[in-house]
Amino acid sequence: MANFNRFEAFELDVLKEVGNIGAGNAATALSTLLNKPVDMSVPSVRLMPFEEIAERVGGSEQVVVAVFLRVEGDVPSNMFFIIHEEYAQQLMKQLIPLQHVDDGIYSEMELSVLCEIGNILAGSYLSSLADFTKLSMMPSVPVVAHDMAGAILSYGIMHYGQMGDSALLIETKFIEDCNTIEGQFFLIPDPDSFQKIFQALGVGSP
Amino acid sequence: MISDKLIKVGMADLNIASNGEVLKTTGLGSCVGLTLYDPRKHLVGMAHVMLPSSSIARENPINLAKYSDTAIPRLIERLLENGASMSALQAKMAGGSQMFTLPGQNDTLRIGPRNVESCLMLLEEYKIPLLAQDTGGNFGRTIEISSDSGILSVRSVQFGTKEL
Repeated sequence: MANFNRFEAFELDVLKEVGNIGAGNAATALSTLLNKPVDMSVPSVRLMPFEEIAERVGGSEQVVVAVFLRVEGDVPSNMFFIIHEEYAQQLMKQLIPLQHVDDGIYSEMELSVLCEIGNILAGSYLSSLADFTKLSMMPSVPVVAHDMAGAILSYGIMHYGQMGDSALLIETKFIEDCNTIEGQFFLIPDPDSFQKIFQALGVGSP
Repeated sequence: MISDKLIKVGMADLNIASNGEVLKTTGLGSCVGLTLYDPRKHLVGMAHVMLPSSSIARENPINLAKYSDTAIPRLIERLLENGASMSALQAKMAGGSQMFTLPGQNDTLRIGPRNVESCLMLLEEYKIPLLAQDTGGNFGRTIEISSDSGILSVRSVQFGTKEL
């Protein structure tokens, strides 16, 4: 992609719409799971310097729970569902009768629960997007990590490393009605995937 | 760690420090934090290497600090310019983990181990002894190194802090 570092404003708007569709459906899925209203933010889409990326979730050393899915198909991408520890505990508390001991360590069962929640939400994000764009998007099995945000997110932007010092992230935040739970989705299409997205939505060069 | 001055090394970045200054880089996943230390001059350098080889670069000009095969020579150059001697340099490194393992994943995603292998090869080429390393695994690390002592402290969520 020759002019990778120069996205047109309308192209960024198209990617925002991508985030809107996906996260909108994921928020609905979460709302159904929790039986509570869930709000989402306007998506943020920006070519972000590597250094700033982890700041979006509270800094490079911020400990978070992250569910990662690799998306293959027409638009190879990386997908993250990221939630801070305290919100992860709230989420579990509301969904399953597990007694969490607050020692900063998650049991295998707890991580597995969070992984499955992330999988359901990311799955609804991706399937709504695939329906809308008619692009094939096949997520891998989900994997979960409880670690530093910088270490986690840098894994998702490796494909950008060889092209420059910034990556394009489609970020959406959701907030549960009473502000007890919030989390973020990051869809990070591989650099070569953007033209396919633009074409599928009717704004690409032929 | 109490320090006079903390110098942050970003992702795909490198820097040097002396006079009691401390170099720090946060959230190393598959990236490798490589440090070179001259104990006589109390001069230390750190590179936060992201990728194993500049041969795959599609950027122009390339960021030398990003690839191990360009970052290490550049870091050595910076240290020598500031009075370090080649024969005194000692290396330590941390990072290079595999944050996520997916079934059937291909080699390009084994970036962490490849970063480590590539750094080891470069060190061998320059005949710089590797005194300690804390690499691999599937977790993130934050590291800092003091120009006074050359002690590298490595912090992770699971294992706390250890000194190398």
